[in-house]
Amino acid sequence: MATQTVERTADTQTPEAVVVRFAGDSGDGMQLTGGQFTLSTALAGNDLATFPDFPAEIRAPQGTLFGVSAFQINFGSRQINTAGDAPDVLVAMNPAALKVNLAALKPGGLIIADTGEFSKRNLEKAKYQTNPIEDGSLAKWDVLAFDISALTLEAVKPFGLGNKEALRSKNMWTLGLALWMFDRDRQPLIDWLNAKFKNKPEIAQANIAALNAGHAYGETAEISGPLKKTHIPAAEQEPGTYRTITGAESVSLGLVAGAQLAELPMFFGGYPITPASAILHHLARLKEFGVTTFQAEDEIAAICAAIGASYAGQLGVTSSSGPGIALKGEAMGLAIMVELPLVIVNSQRGGPSTGLPTKTEQSDLYQAVYGRNGDAPMPVIAARSPGDAFEVAIEACRIAVQYMTPVMLLTDGYIANAAEPWKVPDPSAFAPFPAKFLQEKNAKDAKGGDTLLPYKRDDKGARPWIKPGTPGLMHRVGGIEKHVETGNIDYSPDNHQVMTDARKAKIDEIMVPDQEVSLGDETGELAVVGWGSTYGPIRQAVRRWREKGKKVSHIHVRHIWPLPKNLGELLSGFDRVLVPEMNTGQFKTVLRDQLFIDVESLTKTSGQPFQIAELEAAIGKYFDDVAGNEGGEVAANLAQLPVAESGHDDGSLKNKRSPQSGEDQ
Amino acid sequence: MNDMTPIQTTLKDWETDQEVRWCPGCGDYAILKAVQRTLPQLGANPAKTVFVSGIGCSSRFPYYVESYGFHTIHGRAPAFATGIKLANPELDVWMVTGDGDGLSIGGNHLMHVLRRNVNLQILLFNNEIYGLTKGQYSPTSRIGTRTPSTPLGSVDRPTNPCAFALGAGARFVARGFDVSKNLPDVLKAAHAHQGAAFIEIFQNCIVYNKDVFNDFAAPKGAEDQQLWLADGEPMLFAKGTKGISLDRDALELKVVDVVDGDWQAAGVLVHNVKNRSIAHMLIELPFGPFPMALGVLYDDPRPTFESAVIEERTKASAGKEANLAKLLAKGQTWTVPGTAQDPIGTRVPGQGGNPETQGRA
Repeated sequence: MATQTVERTADTQTPEAVVVRFAGDSGDGMQLTGGQFTLSTALAGNDLATFPDFPAEIRAPQGTLFGVSAFQINFGSRQINTAGDAPDVLVAMNPAALKVNLAALKPGGLIIADTGEFSKRNLEKAKYQTNPIEDGSLAKWDVLAFDISALTLEAVKPFGLGNKEALRSKNMWTLGLALWMFDRDRQPLIDWLNAKFKNKPEIAQANIAALNAGHAYGETAEISGPLKKTHIPAAEQEPGTYRTITGAESVSLGLVAGAQLAELPMFFGGYPITPASAILHHLARLKEFGVTTFQAEDEIAAICAAIGASYAGQLGVTSSSGPGIALKGEAMGLAIMVELPLVIVNSQRGGPSTGLPTKTEQSDLYQAVYGRNGDAPMPVIAARSPGDAFEVAIEACRIAVQYMTPVMLLTDGYIANAAEPWKVPDPSAFAPFPAKFLQEKNAKDAKGGDTLLPYKRDDKGARPWIKPGTPGLMHRVGGIEKHVETGNIDYSPDNHQVMTDARKAKIDEIMVPDQEVSLGDETGELAVVGWGSTYGPIRQAVRRWREKGKKVSHIHVRHIWPLPKNLGELLSGFDRVLVPEMNTGQFKTVLRDQLFIDVESLTKTSGQPFQIAELEAAIGKYFDDVAGNEGGEVAANLAQLPVAESGHDDGSLKNKRSPQSGEDQ
Repeated sequence: MNDMTPIQTTLKDWETDQEVRWCPGCGDYAILKAVQRTLPQLGANPAKTVFVSGIGCSSRFPYYVESYGFHTIHGRAPAFATGIKLANPELDVWMVTGDGDGLSIGGNHLMHVLRRNVNLQILLFNNEIYGLTKGQYSPTSRIGTRTPSTPLGSVDRPTNPCAFALGAGARFVARGFDVSKNLPDVLKAAHAHQGAAFIEIFQNCIVYNKDVFNDFAAPKGAEDQQLWLADGEPMLFAKGTKGISLDRDALELKVVDVVDGDWQAAGVLVHNVKNRSIAHMLIELPFGPFPMALGVLYDDPRPTFESAVIEERTKASAGKEANLAKLLAKGQTWTVPGTAQDPIGTRVPGQGGNPETQGRA
């Protein structure tokens, strides 16, 4: 064990919250380790938020900087809204993982490193000239470095696995150590391993042995090293039954609930795309809920089949991410034109084009609100957290069915992948909105006989939903402009004006709940207005300033289009309005356009969520009496900005002579 | 098609009040009449019949049939039809497309609807031209076709719709042409087939590609160039004076003379609609040395996509309770007792905490 001695003030207090980041090769099972640690954290009653950060490659070359996969978890005895800014503990399974993640680690934080992987070759791959564990460059931090690989091999020896197979248990050894560090029960993990490897008991036993060995190591190491057992008391939460949930699961469950509330079978058309595929995967297993999933030949077919199903009387749903949503654009226009219900889920990622498939961004807002040919209004709503996505999905179904319109539901890569504790809702608490199908002709002709008007609107501006198969109601619909009532082809100027107005009015008048203030007063000096996954960091940053007595409020908008009717008035009660978002200012544009108010923008497009500290600094600029506050631009947080080590560029772009430059493309 | 109680209708019952907007003399009129004449013979129910189309001249078709109709977007009709059939397999779905809609912009979807074997009739009107956009060459136009976009003649090789369909895995492939009196029989055979039934219908575009099929599809006088195929019948044409035989050494088809009706002596093949290899050969016969192979070229059903989907869902759902409350609480859960002094009740809706706002959806 090569522990560097560092002077360290003993932290006598139990921290309210701790941030741990597990980092390793993309083949090291870090996401699985993180996921299981999350579960044990939840079972221990802590509040938590997680942030998985993994490369786009499935198996990037071993040991490389761009193949590093990380999972961060923030947990504590108080409310947690973000995955945390800087980790307190970094588990680095190889030199590349250390290099990529070190900049984020808190000064004085703990590094746990597997020296078994710090070979000459791996150090070279990570572009280290010397071994950081030995050259003193880690003096700012506590370092606990020992040969996890060897200890794992030793622990699983009795099970007679090959070397490669045996080393796969390294992540369980590490998890065992982490469970010891935070005083966690191993039993749920043991149960999980036994269930997972039901048909391979020797693998289950080896993993359990590794888990136990890692745990036992903690006991020994405590005597001499910097490793300390920390107990984070359970957070005080509202009574009830809880589980952890990711955004992708939550959207899926919300859609199932929405279809039930609409009393409709659900048809889901999808095409594989990161990070949206998980929704297709979840729903494919829920056939008993009347869910049909259809993996189409492309994004276009996925939405078209969903519209076809809606036409035939089911609730059509499709899902994708930016590039796929772009392909679906024309079909959305048709759904708007024929006025059929449809839910479109966009799990946003970094763009444009292929962009950053596994990273998060909120840059498809313009696409959602404005991105179609013609005057093609469509409601847009956004989920703010994994748990929130459940309710938002139900809301999307409600609007789609009640207003006979496609609805865009925005989440993002962060929400889709991140997990949080979720108080299991009671489905009967939601008001049903059963779909109604027209059964007989709905008008009288000039002679007083019954006639069908497929575009006769109800008090919500919605046309009737007419299922093929209904006797006597045969009619034709299509994408060509149609007569205001009969739906027959009609290109006449007056008719197009009337129909354009009717489509717009229907969406403009959708009943949207009034905007509430998420945190703080209804008036004040500054309103920080967010949407989507920036909810957590904004809330925490606003909370911190409010604790210091500043008149700042957090307003988080779910209904992006149409906006809540009271939003303009609400915002007029604040001197300034700041809109942080992970794009170049798209919601800002919508607010300025729709509310005609001055709105200031704070933007970030690094593929990483906002940090609380970044937002705290930005908010501070609005208050004169803040020390060191000269106003002006908010300084970039260097630890969060993209560096060569954090992405696909392994540095070779700057140094074309690097021998790596060819292989890593 | 589906097993449905036959309904008594007449041709008139299938006509809409819509003004037909095809050019006078367009082959589409004849196809529309053939379909409207066939539907009563099938006992089809207008309320359970859906015509789905893409974009193009052919795709206006649904507006003129008194049934349910969905005029969708360019090339995507197969995807809409798939969604409709999965949502309600009881509907009798006819898809109408053209050579540009089905084989150019929509080639991908056409391939997959055939491969999946969705139970519907696909009518591809092939006029070897883009009509609605004023006469550009299409993926079935012959090399050298002069159009506004190819003033010097097209240079790319055309595709063969039936070969495409068979290659994509279609289990029913047939051919007809607009003014043929046999077209209703082909439509009936397609309707009888359980699965995706593909029919290429040669259609005369009177304005932009007039009479390109006249060698075999002229209203009168081209009969000798038509090889009408029927299951179990010899492959005879030219009033029985010629037939199709197999050159067993070269493994290709050849035209043979039939003397005094003795086709057996001439070695004329008997059409077997389940023979996929012969179907390929018939589809690829070069016109000129050979007649145009028409009628049902191939018909060998397999289970349909929607029946497989339903079967899978039935099996997967067997014994499972669709209990949403249980589903929501699935996996490892934990319970927070009601003793907390200061619960995180500030958690906003959707964060799981605030029951007051949960009912507002």
